[in-house]
Order: sequence, then C-alpha cells, then structure tokens
Amino acid sequence: MNKVYACIDGLKTSTAVIDWAAWSANRLGVPLELLHVLERDPDSTAVTDFSGAIGLGAQEMLLQQLSDLDAQRGKLAQEAGRQMLASAQARATALGVQQVDGRMRHGDFVDTVTELEPDARLFVLGEHYQATAGSRLHLDHHLERVIRAVKRPVLVATAEHFLPPERFVLAYDGSPTALKMAETVARSPMLKGLPALVAMCAADTPAAHAQLGVAKGLLEEAGFAVEATLLPGDPDNTLPQLPQLQGAALLVMGAYGHSRIRHLVIGSTTTTLLRMSKVPVLVMR
Amino acid sequence: MPMNFSSIKQTWFSNIRGDLLAGIVVALALIPEAIAFSIIAGVDPKVGLYASFSICVIIAFAGGRPGMISAATGAMALVMVTLVKEHGLQYLLAATVLTGVLQILAGVLKLGALMRFVSRSVITGFVNALAILIFMAQLPELTNVSWVVYAMTAAGLAIIYGFPYITKAIPSPLVTIVVLTAISMAMGLDIRTVGDMGELPSSLPVFLLPDVPLNLETLKIIFPYAVTLAVVGLLESMMTASIVDDLTDTPSNKNRECMGQGVANIATGFIGGMAGCAMIGQSVINVKSGGRSRLSTLSAGVILLLMVVFLGRWVSQIPMAALVAVMIMVSIGTFSWDSVRKLREHPPSSSIVMIATVVVTVSTHDLAKGVFVGVLLSGIFFAHKVGRVLRVDSASEDGGNTRVYRVVGQVFFASSEAFIAGFDFKEVVPKVQIDVSRAHFWDITGVSALDKAVLKFRREGTEVEVIGMNEASATLVDRFAIHDKPGAVEQLMH
Repeated sequence: MNKVYACIDGLKTSTAVIDWAAWSANRLGVPLELLHVLERDPDSTAVTDFSGAIGLGAQEMLLQQLSDLDAQRGKLAQEAGRQMLASAQARATALGVQQVDGRMRHGDFVDTVTELEPDARLFVLGEHYQATAGSRLHLDHHLERVIRAVKRPVLVATAEHFLPPERFVLAYDGSPTALKMAETVARSPMLKGLPALVAMCAADTPAAHAQLGVAKGLLEEAGFAVEATLLPGDPDNTLPQLPQLQGAALLVMGAYGHSRIRHLVIGSTTTTLLRMSKVPVLVMR
Repeated sequence: MPMNFSSIKQTWFSNIRGDLLAGIVVALALIPEAIAFSIIAGVDPKVGLYASFSICVIIAFAGGRPGMISAATGAMALVMVTLVKEHGLQYLLAATVLTGVLQILAGVLKLGALMRFVSRSVITGFVNALAILIFMAQLPELTNVSWVVYAMTAAGLAIIYGFPYITKAIPSPLVTIVVLTAISMAMGLDIRTVGDMGELPSSLPVFLLPDVPLNLETLKIIFPYAVTLAVVGLLESMMTASIVDDLTDTPSNKNRECMGQGVANIATGFIGGMAGCAMIGQSVINVKSGGRSRLSTLSAGVILLLMVVFLGRWVSQIPMAALVAVMIMVSIGTFSWDSVRKLREHPPSSSIVMIATVVVTVSTHDLAKGVFVGVLLSGIFFAHKVGRVLRVDSASEDGGNTRVYRVVGQVFFASSEAFIAGFDFKEVVPKVQIDVSRAHFWDITGVSALDKAVLKFRREGTEVEVIGMNEASATLVDRFAIHDKPGAVEQLMH
C-alpha cells in the first residue's frame, strides 16, 4: 500500500491523469507507477469467411490466421503503449516526482487493477463520459467497475487541464461510511493545508447540524480550515452547482453505499455525481 | 469476478454483427448435422433438431465458454445406439436427463480439473476417432444405392469446397443443400430424402416427462449409458473449450461449462431431445465466421428452430446425399491433419497413445473406452520414462572392506527392478553402505525394494548401513504430506 497508480490509455484525459497522479504522489510522498493495460478488443477481429466449409487442417489454419492477426495488432499496441508510457514518465519526472515507473499489462483492465490493489495507495483514472465515439462507451463502465471493485481511493480526473486544487469539498451524509471517510481525509497528508468545505444535503434539522458539526470538528482538529454548509435538495443536483466546486477544486465523496438493486431502481448518487461534477472527484470506500 | 453489467455486455454484445452472421452460418450447418446424428442414433430427425435447439440456447446462458457451439453430436449419438435399439426413445430421454444430472455433479465436484490427466495425444486420438466414426456413419447411405446418389454426393462435395473460391459471403454447405434439393425435386429423382428418415418437427417443442416407469429397473438400464454419455460429453466439451480458448486467446470457465452442459441436457431430455455436447467442427466454423460471444450460440439455436419449424416441408425434401456430403466435410474438418503429418516427428510413445486411442474407439464405437485406454497408456509410458531416471553407482572403500552404493534418481514401482539389479549380491565384502540421500522413494514398492536389497546382503553375512533414508523417504509425499509446505520442491530436488 505504497504507490500511486496512474491508469493511462492515451485518450484525452491521460495528460490530466498524469498531472493529478504526480501531484498526489508528491503530496503523499510515495512512488508513482504509470499503468497501461492492453485489452483485447473483440470486435476488431476481422475475419469475413462465412463459407462455413472446413477442410483438412481447418483448425490449424484458422489458429495460424487468427494468431497472425493478433500478433500484428499486439505489436502495434505494445509499441504505442511503450511510447505513451515513456512520454508519461518524462512528464511525471519533470513534475518533480522522485520515483516513476511504467508498467504495461495484458488483460482485463479491472482485473489488472484488482491484482495491483495490495500495492496501491491511490488509483488515478480518467473519466470518459464526454467521449463521443460509441466504441469508447465501455470505458465508462471501466470507471464504474474499478470504483466498485477496489477498496483503495480512486481519483477521477476530468479532461480539463490540471489545476492544483485550492480547496476541496467533502460530500457528507452523516452515515458511518462518511464519518470514516472524513477521518481518513483528516489523517492523510494528501489534502493537508487546503481549505475544506463540508457539504451535507439534508433537511435543516438540529440532528443534521449535529452530524455536520462532528465532521467539521474532526477536520478542524487535524488542522484544516473548515467551513460547513447544509444544502436543501438532492446531492446529484445541488453539489455540482456549488460555487466552491468550480475551477481549481476537488470533490471528495464515498462510493456506492447502497445495494445494486437500489442502484438499478433509483440510480446511484455516486455515478450521477461522477458524471455531473465539473471538477475531479476523489472517491473513497 | 462478479457478474455485472459490463461483463454481460462483454460476453453478449461485444460483437453483435459478427455474432449474428456467424449464428446464421452455424444454424445452417447444424441442421444437416442434427438430422444426420439423429439417424446415427436411430431416432426421428426431430429428436436431434429439438436437442440442437435447446442445448444451443441453454448453453448460451449457462455455459462457461462464450463462442462455443453445443448441440446434438456424433460422439453422443454413437453411445446411445444400442439403448435406442433395445429400449426405445423414452429410455433415451430419461438417460439424457440423468446424463445432465451427472454432469452437474461433475461440475460441482470440479472434475473439470481431471482433464489435465488427458494428454495431448489422447485428445488428438479422440478427435481423429470422432472424425473417422462420423465418416463411417455415412457409409450405409452410400452402399447398395444407385449411381445417382454417388453423383449427388460428389457434386455436393465439389460445391462445398469449390464455392468458397467464388464467394465466401454465403455458406457453401447451404448452397450444396439448396442446389441438390432443387435438382432432386425438379428431376423427380427416386432417392432417399430426409423425409424418409422419420418425423420432422412440426411445432415448437413442448415440455414432456419421459414415459418410463420410475423404478430401479429403469435406472439399471439407463445408468451405464448415462455415465458414458456424461463422460464423453464432458470430454468433448472440455476439448472443444480449449480449442476455442486457443483460437480466440481468451479464457473459459471449465467447471461452469460442466454444469452448463448438465443443465442443457436435463432441459433437452424434458422436451424430447437427445443428449448432446460441444461440437469441435461447429465451434471452428463459428469462430471462423466471426462468432465470439454468447450471442452467436444463442442466435444459432433460435435460427435453427425457426428454419426447421417453418421450412419443415422443404427440409423433408433434402436428399440424403446432400447431408452425406456435408457430414463428410465435417469429418474431414474435424480430423487433426497435423497429427498425421507429424506422426514421425513426435516421440513414438505419443504416437502410439494417439493411434491406440483411435483404434480402440473406432473398433468399440465408444469414445470413453478409447480415452480410457489412451490415458492408461500415457500413464504407463510416463512411468516407464521416469523409471529410467535411476542410477546405482558403486565404489570400493576402506581398502576393499567396504562397498559403497550411491543411488541417484526415482525409485518406484516401475524402477524397483532396475534398482535391485544395481546391487552385486555375489560380491563378498564385510560391509556395505547404501547411500540413498539423493534418491527419491515414491511408493511402497520402492521402499520394499530397498528392504529386499538390505535383507539379501544380510543373508550373505554382510553388514549393511543405509545412509540418508530420511531425506529419501521425504519423497513419500502421501505419508508426510510435505508437498504443500513451503520449500517442498527444494527438498524434493535435493
């Protein structure tokens, strides 16, 4: 549990991912590892033989044909990945990270991330909701699946250029998970020194104020400059509109507290916030 | 990995166009095969067609290898011939259900892992035997018939292998069937057609219980068949799964496949279909046509049923010669050509295992027996080879008063004789030392061979000392169970 993993894929968020990962690694004082996963794209297999006829050695020939295709594609992907990692490494080193490594793996992205989890302190990923091409849609699911699969925090970088955050907003709901999240933030060196806003979407009741006070107290005790606010309405709509969540800011929130069934029926706050937020989001479990 | 939305997307909808097209190609190829295999088993074509539909559709959901095609198969049909002949269709349906139950059991007990004892040569032998049996099953259609049938079959083969040179956009087996059916109908040829072979499906399948008495007598009849069917079905399915794994370079879940085959067979028995399993030829056709995900398997099954039910009138007009041509293609395509070409390159023991599997299978018409013989032979060959890794050196020490034997290598049932033969019991020395610290004793036979040697020396009046017995017997892993402790391998390799 001692590395920041930056997951880069060469799409437009990659630069922001490297910058955020470098910033986090510097703040946490841990090494940075750049990760590029080479996934097999099943629909790119171009065999257009509908003859349905199989002759002598059909199986051997087909294996030969398919593996030749894959070999070509694999070589290209490896070369592209190597170049991408090299330039990413150069960028991270220029940003002052002491120890930067690159790593390329074959396989399913989520499986790879899960395998690396014991080593990880933080994963940095890019979000691709703005991607227009239909073929990139599955990357959205990568993001959601990674956040569901791993227990470590995940920082989701937006495609915007990296701005060192000047403040952060902690999305708080009074639940035990949220309290734990506030404790983790208070302990971690990552956000030390940044002004904090604890935001809670709830009815204006004394109980809500009390819950908010607990979180505020926790952070203040750890030396943060903290404000707290109680917002009416629904976090999905209100939080992204907060003036404090525009520009150089970071949203910190918990992930997928509810069951999958509830998610299917009424949707997930986590997913909606990830999609709506204009600033990067640090998701914690 | 949890089954979430994204993996559903990946195993179902990652390649929609390719899968649907491949599904059509496979469905077209499945129809003649299902009919032909029903005829091999001695049941109406509708039994094989219903089975192919239901197995295909259920495996699409329950199987562990996306992109693999399962349906009524020749391997299974060959096993059930005598059951159908002696007891009738209803007992076959009951046996099919029981086969499914046994296969689920195999999946629960994770018996898929036992496949590692089936060597490559046995697998190749199985595949080749299957190809030969499918070919042989066509011979009755080609004996005592008019020259028209030969001409039709030859024309069919010519179209199957020639048409792809014109275009690969249409399945050539389909062209064969359409052309030959048209010729036969137009010229009013008096040759056998599918309609002559039995009843075709006229409706969608319905649920029905096999009409057999539920007693011990029935179980006694169907159980031996169900066991063989379950074994043959799982063997061919596991083999096909690893072929598809290789072709697509993606992993599969073998135990889930075992259970999926079981579920598919149970359901198939209840809608009046015969037991089936994965098909090597069809799976190769599927991958070749661009099928990769579960969708191609599902669409193959659904399209198959729709075509048969709604085109049944035409299907019954297909001349058997066209089916024979398609089946000859399947048997040629299933045959592992590499294994014949490289027969001389491979070690003789591997080739013998392969040939023995083929010979036993073809002569008994039972793939399970062939595989059993193959596995047995490869075990014996392996033991024989490892048994040769044994050397007994001796040296005279202490001015000729002591003879030191150093044993290096594997001592077990296959090498115990060579071990004993390494000692010179005739030599007269006052003292013998046997250093076994670099030997591995694998079983009781090895240990008793050492006892025997010690006893023999003692009887000659020689004093015997055994050195390093502790290290050597550490390899009796069964007893000391050290194989799962860290450093076990180093200890064994000392």
